[in-house]
Amino acid sequence: MNEALTLLSFGDAGWGDEIAHGVLITVSLAICTLPLGLALGFVLALAKKSEDPSLRLAANIYTTIFRGLPELLTLFLVYFGVQIAIQQVLKLIGVDAYIEVNSFVAGMVALALVFSSYASEAFLSAFRGIPQGQYEGGYSLGLSHGKTMRLVVLPQLIRLALPALGNLWLILLKDTSLISVVGLSDLIRQSGIAARVTKEPFLFFGIACLIYLVLAMISSIGLSRIENWSKRGETER
Amino acid sequence: MALWIVAGAALVYYLSLNVVSPFFLKYWPEYVHGFLITLKIVGASLLIGAALSLPIAIARSSKSRILNGVSYAYVYFFRGTPLLAQTFLIYYGAGSFRDALTDIGLWWFFRDATYCVIFAFALNTSAYQAEILRGSIENVPKGQWEGAEALGLSKPVIFFKIILPQALMVALRPYGNEIILMIKGSAIAAIVTIYDIMGETRRAYSRSYDFQAYIWAAVLYLFLVETLRRIWDKFEARLTRHLKR
Repeated sequence: MNEALTLLSFGDAGWGDEIAHGVLITVSLAICTLPLGLALGFVLALAKKSEDPSLRLAANIYTTIFRGLPELLTLFLVYFGVQIAIQQVLKLIGVDAYIEVNSFVAGMVALALVFSSYASEAFLSAFRGIPQGQYEGGYSLGLSHGKTMRLVVLPQLIRLALPALGNLWLILLKDTSLISVVGLSDLIRQSGIAARVTKEPFLFFGIACLIYLVLAMISSIGLSRIENWSKRGETER
Repeated sequence: MALWIVAGAALVYYLSLNVVSPFFLKYWPEYVHGFLITLKIVGASLLIGAALSLPIAIARSSKSRILNGVSYAYVYFFRGTPLLAQTFLIYYGAGSFRDALTDIGLWWFFRDATYCVIFAFALNTSAYQAEILRGSIENVPKGQWEGAEALGLSKPVIFFKIILPQALMVALRPYGNEIILMIKGSAIAAIVTIYDIMGETRRAYSRSYDFQAYIWAAVLYLFLVETLRRIWDKFEARLTRHLKR
């Protein structure tokens, strides 16, 4: 038991600081992906409920593709594909350079693609939960389209979409573990290195699992707070 | 939309151009092999997971504090941690207990990556399936239990002949989602040296540096998931046809 504590301590003897750094990377990746995925998902949901059939079809194809592909494959497609694409473009303009895509950015884009395709469905079903009268009420008050969306629809939309988005956030947090495969030193990779050096794989991967659990618990507490906040208008009933 | 048509046409053109390319001719048997391995892993872990999920679901809805607590912790652990971490925990973590495992004669099991992955996936999916099962069993109205008891049926008969069939009807859709999640999750097996679709893709890419390796993999996965989804829709429509009005 003491040995395990030494291995996990901070400083030179233990792996505590390395793992803490990995946690930081994992969390920051998830937090950086979230706004990107939400924005993309919202735009997709708008496209899916638009009157233009080709726009709807396009958004649906996007969702089918990124919901059907394994997250790992999406990550590789983005990581290697973007790299090759940039190189091809550079070759066209006559620059012959080797470009390496930052694995953090590649992971962010790949996870945002997956997240947005799920989030668009969450937003879409939330849109369906808002009665037409809300829009009409907004217009009759003389609000513009943008203002109706921002002041009337969006606050209700957040409330309706929040449970689904909360689940997606938890999935996103778990999916960040895949990024370790392309070499970002996140929680899994750091514990993998520690496991290999110290030959204590069970201890370190167990700790990694526990840290993910703690992150999930913190998120659910945070989420239930946000949910209460978004329902503050309803409590009077 | 125009963008998608152009992209789709370009993809079809690109793929048809490449069907006769040296890359495809060289690697297609390996892709087929990987495809079968993926199916095998997913099938085995789903079946084992289904068998495990029933006792977990029963424990989860039992009144005993201990049973309830243990099964809750089990489900929470497997749903709250990434599948990748669980796979590593079992595959690499088993090495920590090598002596003990050799003593009880289980080392051959944990030495093999395929068995480890199936074990990890089965545990993971059993937690999800247990939640699906529990949710749908609780969804069956209480009157069904009472009605069956009034007929003098024993508890097991009520459960298996009356409650479970109704619960499975509700559970069909989440089960379909779980199968698709499992197919997508199975790509993780490639990281622990198994040559499923993803593993063969990685090997082909590292040998040829040809990006079409990943495009073929994407086509295969999309084909697998979409066919399954369509079959499942048909299946569900057929099984619930008596509920249609």
